Amino acid sequence: MTGPLYRADPPTMRLAVEAEGLTLLYHRPSGMTHVLGPPAPELLTALAEGPADAAEIVRRLRQHHDLQDDAGIEAVVAARLDELEAAGLVSRA
Amino acid sequence: MRHGLSLGVGPVGFRIGSAWPGPIAALRGLYAGYPEAEDGIADFTVRLEPNRPWRRWIRPSIAIGGDHRLPEAAPLALAHGLLAAEMGMNLQMALGLRRYLLLHASAVERDGRALVMTGASGAGKSTLAALLGERGWRLLGDEFVLVDLAGGGLHPFPRAVSLKNAAITLLEAEAPPERFGPVLEETPKGRIRHLRPRAEAIHRMAEPAVPALILFPRYGYDKALRPVGAAEAFVRLTQASTNYVSLGEAGFRALTGLVTANPACAIDYPDTDGAIDLVETLWANLDA
Repeated sequence: MTGPLYRADPPTMRLAVEAEGLTLLYHRPSGMTHVLGPPAPELLTALAEGPADAAEIVRRLRQHHDLQDDAGIEAVVAARLDELEAAGLVSRA
Repeated sequence: MRHGLSLGVGPVGFRIGSAWPGPIAALRGLYAGYPEAEDGIADFTVRLEPNRPWRRWIRPSIAIGGDHRLPEAAPLALAHGLLAAEMGMNLQMALGLRRYLLLHASAVERDGRALVMTGASGAGKSTLAALLGERGWRLLGDEFVLVDLAGGGLHPFPRAVSLKNAAITLLEAEAPPERFGPVLEETPKGRIRHLRPRAEAIHRMAEPAVPALILFPRYGYDKALRPVGAAEAFVRLTQASTNYVSLGEAGFRALTGLVTANPACAIDYPDTDGAIDLVETLWANLDA
């Protein structure tokens, strides 16, 4: 692994409700409510397996989702992880 | 305090005390037929008192106090005592209520099912609820909607409707004069007159209703209708709630339950009759 490692609280720390393509999410540790669009919920699910960097998360996503074989995908995931970090839903491990 | 009144509105009991007899007499008239707070125990106390001791007699002005208060609230003239009492009750609800998810919204009920309307000040939610309340619907409330945290039902809070400016004339043509309070001129909110809901709304204030439709009305625009998705309705209703954040997970569960189980629409309307037509059409097609 080369990039920074990210971790997320376990799924039991979140309440999620699907609402027409978006996810309404209540984060128990912070008491904050978030409205997430894809791929943010999928990234949180991927992190449920444990801390990972962007490359590892892409590998985990490929197990469940039909991702394009795009070299830039790691950069996209890294950018979304930074957003989730700013929102307080993931942190650097 | 020298003068006082116990008042039950839906599941909430108030004790309103006043340094002057006038506001209490006005409240007794407006709230004729309402019960006292259950078992005489008030959830909230509202106090109308002089903001300086001499203000009880000299150019009397009312400071709104109670269990919860806003330090920056401007005092009101004694002539606006009824408005002060109403604002005091609103303040206690907005700052203190934890038993229900509180939405700044109006609601009416028909056949056990409720229509919830919310929007910015001037959007017409109060006027529409008052009109529907005179035209066969049961008024659940014009200011606050109380969402049950466990079951998601809506508890009535049928306080007197606060009518402003043009809405006063509109409702004076619909409801008998004995249900109106005095006209309050030149208040900070303009001309205000309160309307006591129909007797049915008061007698059935302990009967909750099941939500069925959420509307976001907007007055003063060409007639238009736009479905609102659950996520947008959720965000708009978090903004319309005074206690969503403090309720934490219970508030999230109640609000997501409300928006995912019920359709929502934004309606623009140029006049109230057009809005009533829109509402009735939407309601008639609810199960279609």
